[in-house]
Amino acid sequence: MRRKLLALAGFATGAFAGTFLYRRAAGARRERLDVYFDDGSMVSFAEGSPEAERLLPLARRLLATARR
Amino acid sequence: MDAVQALADLTEISSQIEAAVLFAEDGTVEGSTLADESAAAELARGALELLEGAAGFRSDGGTVTQLEASTPEGSVFVVRSDSGGIVAVTAPQPTVGLVFYDLKSALRSAAEAEPAKPKSRRRTAANAEEGNGDAA
Repeated sequence: MRRKLLALAGFATGAFAGTFLYRRAAGARRERLDVYFDDGSMVSFAEGSPEAERLLPLARRLLATARR
Repeated sequence: MDAVQALADLTEISSQIEAAVLFAEDGTVEGSTLADESAAAELARGALELLEGAAGFRSDGGTVTQLEASTPEGSVFVVRSDSGGIVAVTAPQPTVGLVFYDLKSALRSAAEAEPAKPKSRRRTAANAEEGNGDAA
């Protein structure tokens, strides 16, 4: 019984750690555009939004230009 | 301190910044860490395009003061100043607040080096009278 509990706890811990690491890695890969305005407000446009899709290609081009 | 020195200090204190370009309001390059002048000009033009494009996201016409475009390959930062701005490229997942702080410091340093532009004063009848009054 005790061995089964330990195995269950180990499985749950592993699953939690795996999910955490996966979500963190996925978050790091995600693209976004953060815009700050003069009134102190900030808007974040996530990957896939029309605003981000409009300006992220330009940002990718600038990155490539700076590194060529 | 001139623009070149401000940029040299910037890349020295911030290991996250790979390249940076200082530009004027019209997109003219005032200083760059890039050896390639055409690349620096392209970055300056692109930074202005990013600022103009982002300004269009708000209908009330608010001014964009700074922005960060984050991609898996790295980030592009743009900070606007009174007389232009600065654009920088960093490695992925930079410390955003720190990069913005360093860019603003570089802008301030570069601005301190510039001689103060004389303000254009339109001479009006009132001014003329005031001037005559002072002289008298």
